[in-house]
Amino acid sequence: MIIPHPLLGPRDAREFVYLGDAALLDRPDGLAADADRLFHDYLYLRDNPAGIHRELWFHEHGDRSWLVVTRDTVTHAILKAELAGDVARKRRANG
Amino acid sequence: MTYSGLRLIREALTGHRGWKPAWRDAAPRASYDYVIVGGGGHGLATAHYLARTYRKARIAVLEKGWIGGGNVGRNTTIIRSNYLLPGNEAFYELSMTLWESLEQELNYNAMVSQRGIMNLIHSDAQRDAYRRRGNAMILHGADAELLDAGQVRREAPFLDFGNARFPIRGALVQRRAGTARHDAVAWGYARSADRHGVDIIQNCEVTGFDIAHGRVRAVETTRGRIGAGTVGVAVAGSSSRVMALAGLRLPIESHVLQAFVTEGLKPVLPGVITFGAGHFYVSQSDKGGLVFGGDIDGYNSYAQRGNLPVVEDVCEGGMAVMPMIGRARLLRMWGGVMDMTMDGSPIIDRTSVDGLFFNGGWCYGGFKATPASGLAFAHLLATGEPHATARAFRFDRFSTGRMIDEKGAGAQPNLH
Amino acid sequence: MAEPNRLDGGRIDRASPLTFSFDGKTFAGYRGDTLASALLAANVKLVGRSFKYHRPRGILTAGSEEPNALVGLHRGARHDPNARATTVELHDGLVAVSQNRWPSLAFDVMAVNDVLSRFLTAGFYYKTFMWPKRFWEKFYEPAIRSAAGLGALSGEPDPDRYDTGFLHCDLLVVGGGPAGLAAAMTAARSGARVILADEDFVLGGRLNAETVTLDGEPAAVWLRRALDELHAAHNVRLMPRTSVFGAYDHGVYGALERVADHLAVAPAHLPRQVLWRIRSRRAVLCAGATERPIAFANNDRPGIMLAGAMRAYANRWAVAADRTVAVFTNNDDGHRTASDLLARGVSVAAVIDARPDAHAQGNYELHRGAIVENTRGRKALTSVDVRRADGSRVTVPCGALGVSGGWNPAVALTCHQRGRPSWDASLAAFVPGADLPPGMAVAGAANGSFSTHAALQSGADAASHALAELGFEAPAAALPLAEDAPVRIQAFWHVASGKGRTWLDFQNDVTVKDVGLAVQEGFRSVEHVKRYTTLGMATDQGKLANTGAIAALADLTGRGMGETGTTMFRPPWTPVPIAAFAGRSRGKDFRPARLTPSHDWAAEQGAVFVEAGLWLRAQYFPRPGETHWRQTVDREVRAVRQAVGVCDVTTLGKVDVQGSDAAAFLNMIYCNGFSKLPVSRVRYGLMLREDGMVMDDGTAARLADDHFVVTTTTANAALVYRHMEFVRQCLRSDLDVQLVSTTEAWAQYAVAGPHARALLAGIVDPPFDLGDDAFPYMACAELTVCGGVTARLFRISFSGERAYEIAVPACYGDSLIRVLMQAGAPHGVTPYGTEALGVLRIEKGHPAGNELNGQTSPAHLSMARLVSTKKDSIGAVLSRREGLSEADGLRLVGLEAMDGETALPAGSHLFAPGRPHDPGHDEGWITSAAYSPHLGRSIALAFLARGDSRLGETIEIANPLQGQTLRATVVHPVFIDPEGTRLHG
Repeated sequence: MIIPHPLLGPRDAREFVYLGDAALLDRPDGLAADADRLFHDYLYLRDNPAGIHRELWFHEHGDRSWLVVTRDTVTHAILKAELAGDVARKRRANG
Repeated sequence: MTYSGLRLIREALTGHRGWKPAWRDAAPRASYDYVIVGGGGHGLATAHYLARTYRKARIAVLEKGWIGGGNVGRNTTIIRSNYLLPGNEAFYELSMTLWESLEQELNYNAMVSQRGIMNLIHSDAQRDAYRRRGNAMILHGADAELLDAGQVRREAPFLDFGNARFPIRGALVQRRAGTARHDAVAWGYARSADRHGVDIIQNCEVTGFDIAHGRVRAVETTRGRIGAGTVGVAVAGSSSRVMALAGLRLPIESHVLQAFVTEGLKPVLPGVITFGAGHFYVSQSDKGGLVFGGDIDGYNSYAQRGNLPVVEDVCEGGMAVMPMIGRARLLRMWGGVMDMTMDGSPIIDRTSVDGLFFNGGWCYGGFKATPASGLAFAHLLATGEPHATARAFRFDRFSTGRMIDEKGAGAQPNLH
Repeated sequence: MAEPNRLDGGRIDRASPLTFSFDGKTFAGYRGDTLASALLAANVKLVGRSFKYHRPRGILTAGSEEPNALVGLHRGARHDPNARATTVELHDGLVAVSQNRWPSLAFDVMAVNDVLSRFLTAGFYYKTFMWPKRFWEKFYEPAIRSAAGLGALSGEPDPDRYDTGFLHCDLLVVGGGPAGLAAAMTAARSGARVILADEDFVLGGRLNAETVTLDGEPAAVWLRRALDELHAAHNVRLMPRTSVFGAYDHGVYGALERVADHLAVAPAHLPRQVLWRIRSRRAVLCAGATERPIAFANNDRPGIMLAGAMRAYANRWAVAADRTVAVFTNNDDGHRTASDLLARGVSVAAVIDARPDAHAQGNYELHRGAIVENTRGRKALTSVDVRRADGSRVTVPCGALGVSGGWNPAVALTCHQRGRPSWDASLAAFVPGADLPPGMAVAGAANGSFSTHAALQSGADAASHALAELGFEAPAAALPLAEDAPVRIQAFWHVASGKGRTWLDFQNDVTVKDVGLAVQEGFRSVEHVKRYTTLGMATDQGKLANTGAIAALADLTGRGMGETGTTMFRPPWTPVPIAAFAGRSRGKDFRPARLTPSHDWAAEQGAVFVEAGLWLRAQYFPRPGETHWRQTVDREVRAVRQAVGVCDVTTLGKVDVQGSDAAAFLNMIYCNGFSKLPVSRVRYGLMLREDGMVMDDGTAARLADDHFVVTTTTANAALVYRHMEFVRQCLRSDLDVQLVSTTEAWAQYAVAGPHARALLAGIVDPPFDLGDDAFPYMACAELTVCGGVTARLFRISFSGERAYEIAVPACYGDSLIRVLMQAGAPHGVTPYGTEALGVLRIEKGHPAGNELNGQTSPAHLSMARLVSTKKDSIGAVLSRREGLSEADGLRLVGLEAMDGETALPAGSHLFAPGRPHDPGHDEGWITSAAYSPHLGRSIALAFLARGDSRLGETIEIANPLQGQTLRATVVHPVFIDPEGTRLHG
């Protein structure tokens, strides 16, 4: 696979390490009252769609940026790749 | 019709005109007491044990395509019970004992071949871990042996003992492990289930569950609505998709595992061998092909195909551990969709919907589990209670923190 | 050395005669021959035996789809099993042997299977061999297994070198026939980067095998010009001998280039083969088509071959399959064979055409509406039995029969991404479906465009279209005038009449009747039929057999060809050696070896090295007279406890953490608190995964308010760094913090033992004060050593002794170790390796890899109290789950062997004395074990249920794997100096 890195252009997927669903960006507050339940759902449950999937890739043998890649899990077509930091900051800004 | 050598001779002499279909091509009835969703190895085995061992009737197996077309027909055929953790080992050892009498149980020769498995050891820490595992196996009644490098060399002189980057320092061996003819397992269970009255319904895809007041009443299918008292879902590879139809999210990701076979070669490997310093395991089939595999590709996928980096990684492992296979030609590579769970172990459990039960999350270890999985799932469906060897395979282990994490990789499915 | 079947002409180099041997007999041939063409020239008909029934088989094709003519090449370690004689490029001295026969090809004992074939039908083994139970394992299975396979591996390591590489192009053209050449020329003229790959050793495809003309001249003339133009173009890479075997995601294609297989003696600098990953923006598949046989009784006799192959042998290689041939066809292409052979002086006994309306294309006897009902000849064809349209029968004597059942477009690569071909009734063939791999177009015969004109035109069109998408202007190349014959075919798959077995899969011995039996037994899906009969599972992966089998299945089930469908096409198109995929990653080069800056120094000291991940670390430093590693390790351990030792700890992961929020960041990644750590101090940090299990432990040293240095274990360095970046970028992008991995930037040594300070005093530059008040336990500092070398000093201890870790830029690492040894000499300094390091840490009860195996919670280490409840940190919440934190759970304990010296094997399980050794009573296991020279006995660390409340108890140690039962006393895991006085000593 070839991942269109937003800064570096097309890069071979073998330069990356895969983590999983980009929902892992939405980490609950560890001090919340029902943190047990929130963390269980956050860490263990997955939508696991057959189709469009937003997922985290780390450019380990590259610029060490985490990317949010939007990819089809049936065709492997990649629709978008963003810096995870940008995505996280945007989310934070939008509350 | 019962299969036997005599029957074979008689048929051979009369032009094989007497053979009957191995299973009826059943049409769905309006309702069943038990509906098994998924005509793979686990679903068919479940139907077999439900009918034969638990004496249940009015059972249907619904298969969206043709039976045995999923992972039971695209794996590397290894059977073994060399697990470490108590939640697993008793279950897989039960499976091994069921394999050992499968031909008689099914009147079908699934070609179980117990030529052993050899897990190579390359470091002191690995030896320590394998000693813990081997001892756990023996304590559970399984067989295990710890070999030193010299013993390994006597049994497998073709391994790289001279020039290895990660020298071979020993092996954990299970002699009773081996391989079985994967397709025949599905067909054998299908035939036996059919002989016990189970309807096997192919080309019948489940498209929804009819759930009222928290209880499942029927399944919607491409061949109409089918009423169901109890529904057992065993659709590894499609688990998340099917259970989403019942509104459930699972601790599962779908990943692709590639497997490989070479052209047929004269016998050269004694049994199953796994490399301990890379991703490579191999055995040789009855037809002579080297059947091998390695790690999953590592990204979520439903595509049943993988990519070159893993092919290379696996072949590198092969060349590192047994450079004599270099000129064997890789004939075919394929991919299967694995239910990868959050701790690398399976789930056989009830769900939050009454009457709806789930069997899945087999990661890439489902084939060897087929008999015990069928038996344990049948037990759960028939009695409502988990089978004694499958008590740990619960959904709630992730909230209680009683994960069954053989590799200690944590909640990251692609590392299991 | 006679060549009775060699004709005039052809495209072989008659100036370069070659000799080779087959089954020990010497033959002649020419450069340009394949092994198959040379054997045919010598009238060798019998070349192999089939897999199951060991039936005699001859050359069937002229390409990579060959199922019969599989031979072994070369002697010794280079022995190549299952080589297709039809693609083996002849070179001088080539040694080939037949396979799967004993004692000889002509007389094969296993041919008895053929006599028993009625008992060995499809799936017979599923129905028998079940009684008595033990016989399967002991007798039947080994017997079946021993008969497995075709060729044999040498059993020796493959001595050849293989490479892997990447190539990039705008347009990849797969196949160098007329379509591919037209595509490549069109693309070449546009300036795009072009790769043209073909599995054959000459480019041109069927142009080399046909007598067609282009612009009125022989095809060879145009071909020469086309290749000259492509050779001259700097933007084109021509790759003959290169099989594009797989279409992978995002335009990546796998290709195998056979670099040196055709050379009698390969130059040392050449790899045997190269595995290319070709990254293309667009691809045009011009892979041509594969002819398929017709099934009829005894259609497998040596001498029966595909008509197109027979023609190729005559035209390209100047070889007649026999001096008298016949042709059996259902389409016009068979007639081309007849007329071409006739033109070359071969006698054509008859053309048998299944079509009642067939037209002769030459002066030969044509049987219209006729079929071949049977064949004769034991090890070579002698005649065929023909039934004519009027029902009359005639025997046609011939030594070879060309069979054409039509052509299958080579659609395989179009299906590698789950595409399915569709059935085209007018061509009687499966053609590429709509779902092509993204970026791929198909042209020429692969797309059902069979005429030379259509191939050229479609190749050029596909290329210009693809290039236009990429923004290249690709003016249409002027294409030569060429034949544009329509496909005239009448689907005809197998002859139902006739006595004898009608073969579909030649290698795996599957007949039409086997397919019928499968259907009779309920195996009606095309995948079921394949798996039940093994049809299509041979080395050609069904290239020849599948369409005929699908037709038989469609017939029997009343479904159409399209509805019946094909089995899944999978890579590789042609088989690829495992060694090629591995490239150079084998032997010592399987994975890179990471060496620390003091590696050479350690080697000079005679160190024994051990693999630690990719690192090689000094395990111990044996001295003359020491005969067992334990002697060495005990000495090294004692030296640390009694004097001073130096250990290379460069491999520990190091991460530089800087920024105004650095402390807040560490508070997030460690479960214990870091905000209050003063500058110039170090703190132990416990790092959890989000699931609450211990990920790693290490230290963080605060060099400045906004600057920390974090250390990790060697094994987890990459993992921890990745995790820290995840937290930084994905979870806490609000923090002002930057990370950089500095593992390789610093060489670091532990200096441990009572004399450690005295040693270091000799190298630190004044005015740095090593006094305990100025630089106490857990202090850190940036300083200079040895007269100005930048260094970092940490007063931390893994051994429990007074200890320091000193780091200098990696380039000074070698110098520093030598200086340390020199400065330490008066203090009795001793280098120690990882083995002594392990003993020291076990004595001190520090958990390491064996304890931190990913299954360990803070509570297991009795560190649950370290997990702060006052802050949010990774893993804190889930570490409190019942299963990780229960009061009666596992706890890390120490064990002391009751009988002193007997080793307590790590991996042993623990039981209360007298309890049965079964899973229900299993109470834990030993994680790490060592002999403690300090205590003079064997000790171990273990996880034991409720271990913290069981100190002083006796425990039984079960190691049934090695037949051992031992006893030990449960003790606190810190065996030595629990008060920590030695840290200051």
